[in-house]
Amino acid sequence: MYYAGLLSDIGILLLGALSVYIILATGQLSLGNAGFMGIGAYFTSYLTVVVGLPITAALIVAALVSGVIGVLVGFPALRLKGIYLAMATLGFGEMVRSFFQNFDAMGGSGGFHGMRHVSTGYIWSWAAIVLVVIMLIEASPIWLEIRAVRDDETAAGLVGLNPTEIKVGAFGCGAAVAAIAGGLFAHHHVYIEPNNFSFERSIDFVLAVILGGSTVAPGALAGAVMLVILPEYLRFLADWRFAAFGALLIGMLLVRRQGLLDRALLRFALPRSRA
Amino acid sequence: MSMTTPPRLRLDHVTKTFGGVHALSDLSLEVAHGQIVGLIGPNGAGKTTTFNVITGAYRASSGTVLLDGHAVTSEPSHRIARAGIMRTFQNIRLFSDMTVWEHLLVAQPHTGSFARRLLPMRFSNPKTIERAEEVLEFFGLGEVRNRMARSLPYGLQRKVEMARAVTARPKLLLLDEPVAGMNHDEAETIRNLMLRLREGGLSILLIEHDMAFVMNLCDHLYVLDFGVLIAQGKPDEVRVNPAVLDAYLGQAA
Repeated sequence: MYYAGLLSDIGILLLGALSVYIILATGQLSLGNAGFMGIGAYFTSYLTVVVGLPITAALIVAALVSGVIGVLVGFPALRLKGIYLAMATLGFGEMVRSFFQNFDAMGGSGGFHGMRHVSTGYIWSWAAIVLVVIMLIEASPIWLEIRAVRDDETAAGLVGLNPTEIKVGAFGCGAAVAAIAGGLFAHHHVYIEPNNFSFERSIDFVLAVILGGSTVAPGALAGAVMLVILPEYLRFLADWRFAAFGALLIGMLLVRRQGLLDRALLRFALPRSRA
Repeated sequence: MSMTTPPRLRLDHVTKTFGGVHALSDLSLEVAHGQIVGLIGPNGAGKTTTFNVITGAYRASSGTVLLDGHAVTSEPSHRIARAGIMRTFQNIRLFSDMTVWEHLLVAQPHTGSFARRLLPMRFSNPKTIERAEEVLEFFGLGEVRNRMARSLPYGLQRKVEMARAVTARPKLLLLDEPVAGMNHDEAETIRNLMLRLREGGLSILLIEHDMAFVMNLCDHLYVLDFGVLIAQGKPDEVRVNPAVLDAYLGQAA
């Protein structure tokens, strides 16, 4: 039961990390993905509890709605770069959280419940499908276009790529994946409150990507595992464990800026694939 | 060309100002089908600005840019590229962490629907692969196809950038100092490539400082100084034009 709980946490964090990864792949850092997660959590819960949709259908609808919101957020984000974009997305996340805080129809700050619990297997089916789909897309021409836009937007435009389409599209996809993470979170914990989707949650997503490897999708998996398991292993340090965790993080960034996994390491581990 | 066919590229009274400064003043020029046209002039004459206006990186303050008679002025860059105008840069701009081969694939976004481009590479349009192979061979880049483009020697990087620009079969190629910093042999290779591209029907507009290189290559020359067109004509006419001599000697003095 305890391990099943950890496994579910990893699956949900993996989805959250992937939602950041997709957006980061186009060179945009989002610190507001907990906002999209919150939208997904509340919308999915509304659909299953109030409307009575089955969970899978509810997740898909919530992902689409969140994706549209992501696109809307993506347009103003085009005008911002680097740290300014990070701040703007942070503002978006907090805006969503405070919206649900005051949204009494869904319980406001008292939270919302009544969802039916989903199994670890169900959570991991979603996580695995999303991860595999992203890994397949990484082998596609679209991914080359994404890399080109991240690297040099001007040059990408001048070979006929549309940077706007690619960057806004990535925001939409990231928002959709974050919403799935939120819907699963809500139906795993069967109770949600606005503070579940705070700034710290967004930071966890970004941390998982940076720790695990920000240049390949499986990095998000490695990061999610590390972020959930490491604090457990460091339990013997009692109150010092978060300090120890912080030290580990700094060490990782100093030694291996690209994170645990990168393309070179994957090629070494999977010699069959030439990619 | 018959009288009714519009030229490949035409700039009609193009002006570009930055604040109060006229980077380009009332510039009109033409590139005919299958010609190599040179754009020369001292530093700061507005040559690269002209390229930036043509490709949509800058918006012209006034005037029109026409490709085959259709105005492309103030279109976004990627539309102008897809309409058939490609360019290279004075300071090479290749994508980092991308192989030569990947550069040739990424330059062909028009060869597959969105859904198809989402599929792994092996399901790509065979024509895309075929075209990339063809260009690779044309530029003699076969041996370095799997090398990271940015790790190649300077001369080869220039070739990769040119290859990336012609992969999508543009109508007009803009080359910004393609032989800058090259030795004689390397420059000669580039010259031959340009001549072969012209044979294939491509029109080329070229910025170059090396006068000898331009004189032997171009069908027509335009000379800019301080954003103003001061002379134009066949290389032999331009060579003896007093205004041109003045601009160049004045700069050297």
